[in-house]
Amino acid sequence: MAKRVSLSGNEAVAFGMKQINPDVVAAFPITPSTEVPQYFSQFVANGQVDTEFVPVESEHSAMSACLGAAAAGGRVMTATASAGLALMWEMLYVGASMRTPLVLAVTNRALSGPINIHNDHSDTMGARDSGWIQLYSESAQEAYDNLIQAVRIGEHKDVQLPVMVCYDGFITSHAVENLEMLEDADVKNFVGENRIAPYALLGKEPMSMGPLDLPNHYFEHKRLQAEAMKNAKNVILEVAAEYEKLSGRKYSFFEEYKMEDAEAAIVVINSTAGTAKYVVDNLRAQGKKVGLIKIRVFRPFPAEEIAKALKNVKAVAIMDKLDGFSASGGPLFNEVRSAMYGVADGKIVTSYIYGLGGRDVTSVNIEKVYSDLFSAIETGKYEVYNYLGVRE
Amino acid sequence: MGKLVEIRWHGRGGQGAKTASLLLAEVAFNTGKYIQGFPEYGPERMGAPITAYNRISDDPITIHSNIYEPDYVVVVDETLIKSVPVTAGLKENGAVIINTSKSPEEIKKELNYNGKVYTIDARKISEETLGAYFPNTPMLAAVVKITEVVSVEVFLNDIEASFKHKFANKPQVVPKNMEAVKRALEEVKGNE
Repeated sequence: MAKRVSLSGNEAVAFGMKQINPDVVAAFPITPSTEVPQYFSQFVANGQVDTEFVPVESEHSAMSACLGAAAAGGRVMTATASAGLALMWEMLYVGASMRTPLVLAVTNRALSGPINIHNDHSDTMGARDSGWIQLYSESAQEAYDNLIQAVRIGEHKDVQLPVMVCYDGFITSHAVENLEMLEDADVKNFVGENRIAPYALLGKEPMSMGPLDLPNHYFEHKRLQAEAMKNAKNVILEVAAEYEKLSGRKYSFFEEYKMEDAEAAIVVINSTAGTAKYVVDNLRAQGKKVGLIKIRVFRPFPAEEIAKALKNVKAVAIMDKLDGFSASGGPLFNEVRSAMYGVADGKIVTSYIYGLGGRDVTSVNIEKVYSDLFSAIETGKYEVYNYLGVRE
Repeated sequence: MGKLVEIRWHGRGGQGAKTASLLLAEVAFNTGKYIQGFPEYGPERMGAPITAYNRISDDPITIHSNIYEPDYVVVVDETLIKSVPVTAGLKENGAVIINTSKSPEEIKKELNYNGKVYTIDARKISEETLGAYFPNTPMLAAVVKITEVVSVEVFLNDIEASFKHKFANKPQVVPKNMEAVKRALEEVKGNE
């Protein structure tokens, strides 16, 4: 039986970690993620988990300690945000290439500068090529559900990769809302009591991990790493199907909302998708054919599936909550547009950079995007690169 | 979609407006509603103006923005009305609930708002029942009475249980808090 609860995103993640009961958590606090290690260390102090909690002096050390524990075969979790993730950067790549599964909960927060504690996606989007699987979450419920599934996805024998579970700082991390939590025993059964590590520093056949890799082998190791990321696609769907049986909640690479006959669509990530659903409902009530694609899995990138989902639209706006400073749109825009090439050609495809540094994203903002799309369909005239909700 | 009630709280850091909004969310949650309770975070410090929000509905709530056209505005500190546009966007058929010793007619002159104005002297009630200034509890009770997001009867049972839980180590304060709640329910008054 699921429990109906009201929790903030950070509480939901901390309680999810308690139910998962990992072997090791090494963490360093940073706004707006701080509550996660704070609540979790209380569970440790109260003896409610068996976890070894390692308080460290920086995020670089947090990730290093996590990698050491995961390399030894442990089930490992941590949490961070923004500059904390940036300080982990070097070790993110080491973790992915050592093929050490671990779960990192990221409350998305803008990167400095100027310093800003509020939400955008510049932190995790910057880490998109680090080799980590990335799952994004619209709500506290999805952060909780993604966290539990992340354990199984990363630890799968065909994957063996670390996983980031991303949710919006403050908007999701600090807002209390309704969600359903699984029973402790169900989570325990779902993730399995212990991680089964096919290779590790410890055990009957201890292995060296992460040594020097010269031109004779480095490329082959990278090729295997790329294959693991490809394998993750099937595993993500398998784990989602199993999780749906347990929870009744359906997950895939992305959510298609009222896309069946949509002429104008938005592709978006995290909490703004919820606001956009509200707008889609209102516009649908007025007879407008609008839809929404909410990305859950950004790495591996479900290119074929997204292109297929956009095959029948006339116009699509792709929204990035960061500016990649490429001078040609954000990363989600570029990847979705590239995925469409040769599969969903001849569409109007536009980029919207929005919500930087916590700029509130309202239903009025989203209505404007749909209105721009219909205007583009009717007149054929439009700007490809747009900024939404900024003073110019 | 069922009726969605949107509430915006204005207070000062340290007065517990955020906590009150979370308590209201909890009270509504306990009656089976869908809820959101969230503060707008800024450079937090004692005495600085803060804003907190509630959405309460019979149906799931997906919208995740701040609230610009609330049904109700709650002002925990009346000095804020000089520096913060507390009634901005407030629906004409909504209401403002303000912590003040003034009458609704008097305080209305200081507010740029044509709708209903309710007052509650949360300071007086708090000091007389709890012996100190904790405006939270009386404000919460006044908000429940005016917004009717839950019935008063259900609220009284629920809040007593949560006080008993919260003050498990000092049960003698539970009746005092309940008195503050009951007085607030009686003493909140409007200009209808």
